Amino acid sequence: MKILVPVKRVVDFNVKIRVKADGTGVDLANVKMSMNPFDEIAIEEAIRLKEAGKAEEIIAVSIGPQKAQETIRTALAMGADRGILIKCDDEVEPLAVAKLLKGVVDAEKPDIVILGKQAIDDDSNQTGQMLSALLGWPQGTFASKLELDGGKARVTREIDGGLQTILLNMPCIITTDLRLNEPRYASLPNIMKAKKKPLDEKTAEDYGVDITPRLKVLETVEPATREAGEILATPEDLVEKLKTQAGVI
Amino acid sequence: MGVLLIAEHDNTSLNAATARAMSAALAISKDVHILVAGNGCSSVAVEAGKLEGAAKVLLAEAPHLENHLAEELAALTEPLAKQYEAVLAPATSVSKNFMPRLAALLDVAQVSEITAVKSPDTFERPIYAGNAIQSVQSSDAIKIITVRTTTFEAVEEGGSASVEKIDAPASVGLSDFIGEELSSSDRPELAAARVVVSGGRALGSKENFVKYIEPLAEQLNAAVGASRAAVDAGYVSNDYQVGQTGKVVAPELYIAVGISGAIQHLAGMKDSKVIVAINKDEEAPIFQIADYGLVGDLFEILPKLQSELSKSSG
Repeated sequence: MKILVPVKRVVDFNVKIRVKADGTGVDLANVKMSMNPFDEIAIEEAIRLKEAGKAEEIIAVSIGPQKAQETIRTALAMGADRGILIKCDDEVEPLAVAKLLKGVVDAEKPDIVILGKQAIDDDSNQTGQMLSALLGWPQGTFASKLELDGGKARVTREIDGGLQTILLNMPCIITTDLRLNEPRYASLPNIMKAKKKPLDEKTAEDYGVDITPRLKVLETVEPATREAGEILATPEDLVEKLKTQAGVI
Repeated sequence: MGVLLIAEHDNTSLNAATARAMSAALAISKDVHILVAGNGCSSVAVEAGKLEGAAKVLLAEAPHLENHLAEELAALTEPLAKQYEAVLAPATSVSKNFMPRLAALLDVAQVSEITAVKSPDTFERPIYAGNAIQSVQSSDAIKIITVRTTTFEAVEEGGSASVEKIDAPASVGLSDFIGEELSSSDRPELAAARVVVSGGRALGSKENFVKYIEPLAEQLNAAVGASRAAVDAGYVSNDYQVGQTGKVVAPELYIAVGISGAIQHLAGMKDSKVIVAINKDEEAPIFQIADYGLVGDLFEILPKLQSELSKSSG
């Protein structure tokens, strides 16, 4: 069995981003970049399936600038077998990403695609579901547990009121939630080995996909900020303030 | 052309998020139809018809729609969507699951979790965990939109829209529902509660969470929330998580107990009207956005707070 895992290069989750003063976007110059945390979980899940003897090959694919190959190398160091970089210098919207991934799926014929449920930069939460639609495959989104058994995938999903379990035909799409697993760190020897693993470079044209954006970003601004309030001395003061000043109790 | 609004429900009653998403729908068009898709859910359709501004309710009932599986909902809504300029849904786990699938079937973009409608084709949405707000203009003929309901007021009741039954297509048969494990609680629902009491890792154990957070929530008739750290530590189940990738809440009063205030947590609660932080570390980032803070040991403060609250209400 073959598993495809898309990985995205995003601003590291610890970085407090800055919005450019002219409203044209977020300042990404000299900012630490990392693999999207949900994609690390996706890679980890694929590796665990391989370690359990349920998969033979893991392909990591990234869509982004040349530097996104660092993100693919991270996936290879964790345990993916080979990588594909689809070079795009401009921002690619989820629908176009899904179309490019469909091209990869058509070429590579994986049995499962495991994606992060959302990227922590644009917070869209769309790509996995869109890819499912384009392929006509079932989808197990926001997964906190994945079991492959009898040619089906049994997925436990995090939903608003708790957990839901569904059974999917194969091939299928899985998107990861936080509690699916805890991703491993790549060891130094594995980081060295990853440098020798194959990494193909492609372009959007190779897949015949039009990546023109459908949404025009007019402006990016800072959110309204809250002022820090006051530190009170006692719970008694707090109850008094909530009653008389805030009027919420 | 009008707007199709997808109702959020459990086949028994209409979820309050729908009335909030209705406000967003009405900001795009005055001609709003509501789709109620499920099984044995005709009472939900009647409820939906009472929302102020509803022009018509479409009711699709079939056994394979009962559990709102993405594959089935997308197949149902794809032909319907083509009759509208926009399809909206409150951003719940159901719509986050099926709306992007619908968008891709229609070959259009989705605009996720809008917080404002600036014009019928221009919307605001948060990115980077709410640390930036983007205005986006859609060029697609059909706009697929999920609505962050905390920033829209619910419409009143007062409508009297008729209910029209529509046929559901046959099941696409790609996935099967096995079961659900829902948290049972007498507390108000987290996403809709007027008061939320949230606990963090500083509670130290599941037992302490139950002993200190639950009674305070009970006293304030509040929903209980948690930080990711508390969920990961196993103090409470995942559906309690407030934050960028959990639930986004905006209650009248949010009390953060033993939560330091990582940006991912703040993303889920910083639009609350009044924020109270209780933390032993006076440098904790949560104090930078809190209206009122108490610095100290939560295990001492919470019992005192409870007795003060009962004094003031008694």
